[in-house]
Amino acid sequence: MRRVLQHGWIWLVLAFLYLPILILAFYSFTSSTMIGSVRGFSLQNYVTLFTQEELINMMVGTVVLAISVAVLSTLLGTMGAIGAFYSRRGVRGFLEFANEIPIVNADVVTGFSVCILLIVVFHIDKATFIPLLVGQTALCTPFVYLSVMPRLKQMDGALYEAALDLGCTPGKALFKIIIPQIMPGILSGFMTAITLSLDDYFITTYTKPATFDTISTYVVNATRGSQTEIKTALWALSAIIFLLVIVSVVIMNVRRSDDEKR
Amino acid sequence: MKTSNFERKALAIPYALFMVFFVIFPLLVILYYGFTDGEGHVSLENFLNFFRSAKTVGTLIYSLVIAVMVTAICLLIAYPVAYILAKGEYARKHAFLMVFVLPMWINFTLRITAMKEILTVLEGNLAYHPFMNTIICMVYDFLPFMIMPLFNSLTKLDNSMLEASADLGANKWQTIFKVVIPLTIPGIVSGITMVFLPAMTNYVVLDMVYNSTYIMGSLIGSYFNAYDWNNGSLISAILLMFIGLFTIITNHLIAGEEGGRRR
Repeated sequence: MRRVLQHGWIWLVLAFLYLPILILAFYSFTSSTMIGSVRGFSLQNYVTLFTQEELINMMVGTVVLAISVAVLSTLLGTMGAIGAFYSRRGVRGFLEFANEIPIVNADVVTGFSVCILLIVVFHIDKATFIPLLVGQTALCTPFVYLSVMPRLKQMDGALYEAALDLGCTPGKALFKIIIPQIMPGILSGFMTAITLSLDDYFITTYTKPATFDTISTYVVNATRGSQTEIKTALWALSAIIFLLVIVSVVIMNVRRSDDEKR
Repeated sequence: MKTSNFERKALAIPYALFMVFFVIFPLLVILYYGFTDGEGHVSLENFLNFFRSAKTVGTLIYSLVIAVMVTAICLLIAYPVAYILAKGEYARKHAFLMVFVLPMWINFTLRITAMKEILTVLEGNLAYHPFMNTIICMVYDFLPFMIMPLFNSLTKLDNSMLEASADLGANKWQTIFKVVIPLTIPGIVSGITMVFLPAMTNYVVLDMVYNSTYIMGSLIGSYFNAYDWNNGSLISAILLMFIGLFTIITNHLIAGEEGGRRR
């Protein structure tokens, strides 16, 4: 009885989490414009998704933005974590406090505050993409810092000193000794930054150039409009993203278990 | 030795400057705008008006109701899931947690779209149940963020605690309520912090299911659209106070013990 209840609950919650996406993915391969009305198999949604200029621009824009933000925040966050790790207690405490702010803060507030500072106070043109990049980087950097820090704590500090004693310059020792040891943390921080940027809606709306759209802002605008063609093309996009996420999670898990075996 | 230490410390400079200029400074500017009038004079007028107006107080109460309900439902669904994954039938299948957190990585607007299409078919018209649909979509969106910290906290719980409790004569439920839940308070608290605040502010979910009632986040959105920087900042400042208070209480409750981190 207990076993049945436990399995039942797990599968019920899984159904709640996955059925909507799976059903949408299924209907993306039909010519239906509404769920429930079954029509024939069709790849029209996928054709629309990859031929409509507006949709292509939106997808390319989202990916380019996510990669730029992830690179920036990985650089800043990694340097910050290494620097803070070797800093005095007080300095490190302050940096850790600052680091917590974007993590606990509501994204609406983070986005709005960056908008006020850069656009309202400093009159930086949204079209330069600077407010958008700064805003998303402010959100992502702390997560990189957090994933690098534990690796620094686990690291063998004596290796760095040994490298210096053997005549290595501090700069070279940093790249040959410290960076390789914290690499897994840097990589997972990079991945977190990518997903945070892809998922962001609020910072983007408050700081983006008027004509630029990411997946999030585009989808929200599309639900206000009533263009069926666009609506169902977005179903196809959901199906593709769902598949991409599954594939990357499986790859990451396989790699992780390989690492553990070694 | 001294020179090498200096070099490594210096790496934090760009990060520190970035955080001060683009994280701390914007919040100070928000506080300034929130508590001054259009001409730059210090004024509590906007702040007092917020609590005087039935409309904005109503918004605050509505957001709190939504946030409490969404958080409570997430907790009720997620706790058994996390328990079963960590201590029950699935305890040896750690990869199973991945299945529950995976939806986190899919863009939330696309996930809400999926849920919205399903609800449209089930209900005929979304406009009939705006409140219920908001709750369902938010629970759908935030559930993985509740499961993860609860799972982290439950796996850390030593099995011998459960055995000791059973040996001393407690039944299954007594063990859960007197041992398991009190020992996983840090996980529960960090799960709550991950869900409560987004539920008060994520107004996109309401927009998407055509719920035209405002929550706190919608106020910022509408002031932004109206270029009303002072009132927008004021709402942000009020939310900041909430967050500050929340963080103090949370830190107090967790008191040194580590809970799961957000995401």
